[in-house]
Amino acid sequence: MNGPTVLSARRPLAVNPWLVAWAVALGLVVVVSLIGKDTLPWAFKFPRQWVIPLSVWISDFTKWLLNDFDLGLFTFKELTRSIAWVIEQPYWLVRSLLSTGFLQGRGSDAVLVFPRLSWVAVIFIITMMGYYAKDWKLALLVGVCFLYLAVFGQWDSAMATLSSIIIAVPFGVMGGLLLGIAGFRSPRLELIIRPILDLMQTVPVFAYLVPILILFGFGPVSAMIATIIYALPPMVRITMLGLRQVPSEITEFGSMAGCSPLQLLWKVQIPAAKTTLMVGVNQVVMMSLNMVIIASMIGAGGLGFDVLSALRRLKIGEGVEAGFAITLLAIALDRLSQAYAHRPPPMHGAARQGFIRRNPNLVLAVFIIAVTWMVGTVMTSMQTFPEAWQITTGAFWGDLVRAININYFDQLDSFKNFLLLNLMIPFKRFLLGLPWVTVVGLVGLAGWQLGGWRLSLLTGSLALFIAIVGLWPKSMVTVYLCGISVLIACLIGIPIGVAASRNDRLHRIVQAIIDTLQTLPSFVYLMPVVMLFRVGDFSAMLAVIAYALVPAIRYTDHGLRQVPAHLIEAARATGCTRRQILWKVQMPLALPEIMLGVNQTIMMALSMLVITALVGTRDLGQEVYIALTKADTGRGLVAGVCVAFIAIISDRLISAWSNRRKAELGLE
Amino acid sequence: MISFLRTTAVASALAIGLTFSAPVQADVESRDPIILTLHDWTGQLITTHIMGEVLKKAGYNIDYVVADYIAQFAGLESGDLHVAMEMWETTGKQAMDQSLATGKTVDLGETGMDAKEEWWYPLYMKERCPGLPDWKALNKCAEAFSTPETAPKGRYLGGPVTWAGFDDERVEALHMDYEVVHAGTDAALFAELESAYERKAPVLLWIYAPHWAVAKFEGEFVEFPTYTDACYEDPKWGSNPNMAYDCGKPFGWIKKVGWKGGEKKWPGAYKAVRNFHVDNAEMSAMIVEADLEGKSVDDVVASWMKRNENRWKAWIK
Repeated sequence: MNGPTVLSARRPLAVNPWLVAWAVALGLVVVVSLIGKDTLPWAFKFPRQWVIPLSVWISDFTKWLLNDFDLGLFTFKELTRSIAWVIEQPYWLVRSLLSTGFLQGRGSDAVLVFPRLSWVAVIFIITMMGYYAKDWKLALLVGVCFLYLAVFGQWDSAMATLSSIIIAVPFGVMGGLLLGIAGFRSPRLELIIRPILDLMQTVPVFAYLVPILILFGFGPVSAMIATIIYALPPMVRITMLGLRQVPSEITEFGSMAGCSPLQLLWKVQIPAAKTTLMVGVNQVVMMSLNMVIIASMIGAGGLGFDVLSALRRLKIGEGVEAGFAITLLAIALDRLSQAYAHRPPPMHGAARQGFIRRNPNLVLAVFIIAVTWMVGTVMTSMQTFPEAWQITTGAFWGDLVRAININYFDQLDSFKNFLLLNLMIPFKRFLLGLPWVTVVGLVGLAGWQLGGWRLSLLTGSLALFIAIVGLWPKSMVTVYLCGISVLIACLIGIPIGVAASRNDRLHRIVQAIIDTLQTLPSFVYLMPVVMLFRVGDFSAMLAVIAYALVPAIRYTDHGLRQVPAHLIEAARATGCTRRQILWKVQMPLALPEIMLGVNQTIMMALSMLVITALVGTRDLGQEVYIALTKADTGRGLVAGVCVAFIAIISDRLISAWSNRRKAELGLE
Repeated sequence: MISFLRTTAVASALAIGLTFSAPVQADVESRDPIILTLHDWTGQLITTHIMGEVLKKAGYNIDYVVADYIAQFAGLESGDLHVAMEMWETTGKQAMDQSLATGKTVDLGETGMDAKEEWWYPLYMKERCPGLPDWKALNKCAEAFSTPETAPKGRYLGGPVTWAGFDDERVEALHMDYEVVHAGTDAALFAELESAYERKAPVLLWIYAPHWAVAKFEGEFVEFPTYTDACYEDPKWGSNPNMAYDCGKPFGWIKKVGWKGGEKKWPGAYKAVRNFHVDNAEMSAMIVEADLEGKSVDDVVASWMKRNENRWKAWIK
């Protein structure tokens, strides 16, 4: 008779307070949305008179910085120009060697003093490096990659691009390493470095292009500096992570052996962290090649310029060939650098032999250069790859797109319209209709639940900033475009990652595809996409998905593979089926890692905004692009910072969740 | 073998000797290179290379640098860059005026080419929309130009937001049943045109000339009420008494701009740049040769130089 009461007394209502908070908050959102339109108009549309003219202040500040800032002995601009000079010297050396030849004098007065390395010599040397670093398979791979450049008529541009990459990558790696070490040794410095890295990675390059051009001059050096800014952050992060992961036993052993702090760092910790650091080098290479297109817009020339100019003439085939040249360069450089890192240390006792014995490869390389040079002076086909030998698949790609366009346009169009009318447009309207006050509130609440009041304060105020500078509607369009793209990228990418983690052969195939996706300039497939799906959000979304898919696949695959083997063994011992192991053991354990992948997917999606602005989106990316074409530094930077803030909000929320989950699972 | 090596050695020594021989140096004001800027459309590459070749003939030292169309003004003001050959009134006037106001750049006069830009449709649309090219016909067949996203309104693909002026205002002022969609780049614009043209599908978009598209695709510009300054400035002008922009777009000059300091450094060269003159028909023909017939820009320029020796010689006199 008193059963029910006893039951409820024994089990007090275990209502999660967060559930209540969310219910109340969402209720408030609904109420404000329904009744607020007339009573609280300011909650919907941020009042113009409240907007802080931050962009004007920034423009004035940069003008002062660029023109009048005097450091006493020299101006700020003179300082930056001398930095540019330092970078320029090794660049000219490499460029002369690979691309232009050694010249005396400038401009059209310049006289060729010594020709560049011939294509035969370069291919031979790169093949030798492949063999030296690993084995003949790698030698063959890099050799074929470079042969492609010659055969498809990409040689001149590719060597120009390669010269700037050869310079930008070491600067990026060394700079990243030093910053990373500094952050590793001083936690306080790390607190300052982290947000700067976030900004460097997410503020679209177009936003700071104009000041860079003024400070560092027009030409390849500015392009390289922009490249370094973009490519350096992953190296810093990975350096900090890698050094922290060095087992304390190793560090202690180093201390016991009497190492000074510097010796400890360079002789013990960094070698111990080498494998992780090489992941950073890989990312620097990949991201530098990512920037090739944008760098070409500010004077880097090379392959990026070829891609752009081909697509402006709608020569899709030419664009594809130049784009693949970028991808192959990336693959060759990446595989080579990885192989060098994993090479066993040289044998001891070799020092007593003669110079030629010790450096047979160097001697051979010099010999080859000398021979090809001499032969090249009489036989030009040896020096420059003859045009008659070149081949092109240009017509094929153009015809392919044309055939799809003529035969399948209607089907593609109805598919597009279905998604657009039923998913994208309603979602966009929904987001644009939300009162900004409530969104700021919800973001703050999420921060509170996941990371306490500090996180709440951070996320809330970042969201508020976006409203205050008057970019709310454009930011919502950004959230809509990236949100939908990330959702679809995850829906496609995570299952592929799961499949790849369970099958080594599939894993290798998927790896090759995502490497290509990551380095093939999106501009190459963007134009065919526009031909098939018209200018607009849908085309932009496809381009973002193609790019953002990569981390979703990579992290899922990686996360599942990292699940400790003994746990899987234990599960198998208790009689779990393969399916049960996946869903009950592997997935939950890999979830934090997968969420980091989702996080990276969001970052990638946001970093694509610059490119999608080129097909006419109406978001923050477009705002940045407009500011660039008007040379309005302040406007561009403010919009760029808003992109970064969206990224930081999502990054902090997801990381907080992921860390908590990891702690709960006892993984760290 | 040895004799072969010896001959190659001799040959290479000869080659080195040859490369060291100094070029003929004409008597010009300064041997510092004059830096011309290159952008990413063919017409501009042709104009710039013609100018460069002509200046070389006059004995000047020339260098080319790729720079963004608008961002280059920073370089022109500081003297990093010296001459920009194509600044279009329709797209670059604002930036150019701002830059000239600093007093660090100088207007080097018109190129002789006129920028033409307007709404444009392929010829096959004329059958589906009788009454074209008059703009009033567009309203009657807005449906024919529509897509599911814009229906029942027609879809007009405008140029990049920063390029094509005042289309949103024009649509409103002329009460047109059209939605303006902005392409981010002209590459996207022409990609969509090519796709529609292949399928003979409806398309209405912004096009500018001189450009290869006008030569490749058959079509016409829409005829709006003719532009006057008053139309853009005075709402009372034209069919809509309450709004400006109730007319077509202005034709515009294409000018050359330079770094002010260059005037003193290379007076002769700046005079030659001022003298530079080609017209639309000539330029369009060259763009077609390069973009549609697949000749290299260098070849196109070389053949122009050969054909027009008297003209360019007069520029550098």
